[in-house]
Amino acid sequence: MPSLPTIEKDVEKRATSAPDHGAFDATTAGNHDPAIADYCQRLGDDALILGQRLSEWCGHAPVLEVDLSLANIALDLIGQATNFLSIAGDADKQAFHRDVLDWKNCWLVEQPNGDFARTMARQFLFSTWQHMLYQRLQRSADERIAAVAAKAVKEVAYHRELAADWVIRLGDGTDESAERMRDGLEWCWRFVPELFELDETLEALVKRGIAVNPQGFEEGYRAEIGRVLAEAKLATPPEQRPILGGRRGHHSEHLGHLLAVMQYLPRTYPDATW
Amino acid sequence: MSDGHDWPLWEVFVRSKGGLNHRHVGSVHAPDPELALRHARDTYTRRLEGVSLWVVPSAAIVASDPEQAGELFEPAESKIYRHPTFYGIPDVVKHI
Repeated sequence: MPSLPTIEKDVEKRATSAPDHGAFDATTAGNHDPAIADYCQRLGDDALILGQRLSEWCGHAPVLEVDLSLANIALDLIGQATNFLSIAGDADKQAFHRDVLDWKNCWLVEQPNGDFARTMARQFLFSTWQHMLYQRLQRSADERIAAVAAKAVKEVAYHRELAADWVIRLGDGTDESAERMRDGLEWCWRFVPELFELDETLEALVKRGIAVNPQGFEEGYRAEIGRVLAEAKLATPPEQRPILGGRRGHHSEHLGHLLAVMQYLPRTYPDATW
Repeated sequence: MSDGHDWPLWEVFVRSKGGLNHRHVGSVHAPDPELALRHARDTYTRRLEGVSLWVVPSAAIVASDPEQAGELFEPAESKIYRHPTFYGIPDVVKHI
């Protein structure tokens, strides 16, 4: 009777300490760094999901000019996503062939558009954060990440200003516009703390000078949000129980629906070209 | 989409590159000057058309009356000598 093979202990531990985490294709993986890939997916997923959300406005915005503004922002974001996801691997494959649990975007960007005020509240909170992040990412020790951030930072500066303009105009507008903007900000507010979360992956990359520690600019962020809200004659929303976990693949039910729309075509017709 | 009927109209001028004049390219609706500039940027310079933008309230433009086109413009038709190319320049004149 053949003897049973020896049960190897701590296989997982040995695998993770092996080069390239013991990937079967380690010899061909080259300088693939799982932590950098993870970080680029976070950055890319934020941009792609918000870009997809904004493009839902196409043809539905309050006026033609605003329709174009939103489509322009969406295209900028999708371009940034392409660049970040290309660092992590094949951008198309990640965009169209990943299931919901593998997405690493924050909760804020996957939230439904709501009305125009909520869309602008979300844009304002996100773009202000993204701009502060990209400003610092331009000095990342990873040259590829630094280059993408340097290219995108001007685009995002415009998004931030446009969104802040709308927050001010709606907040300091009519009774109804102010109420809608207040509602929009309150809806989004519980998703803000996630933007400043620091987990192990991020912490390790911060130590290597590759990622930016968002907590380093949280104070500046809150001050900037407060400055614009004051100009908009709006109060800072009351603190709410924060919703966290997007970076680990925990998402709201809305993301699955968004992906179903976004991924439908390449999954149904895998070889389609245009 | 509504037509933005409660927003005033603004005329948009784009300078395509340094040294050239701003040229009229179209118009946008916007509630105020800052947003008019943003709308102009998003509508007319998204394909690298320009380096500078002007927006002017359409209401501020004073236009000639089309019915007066005859008296305003036709008299110039028969006066081709007003073009500098009408006159022959002697070859010895280098700089003019």
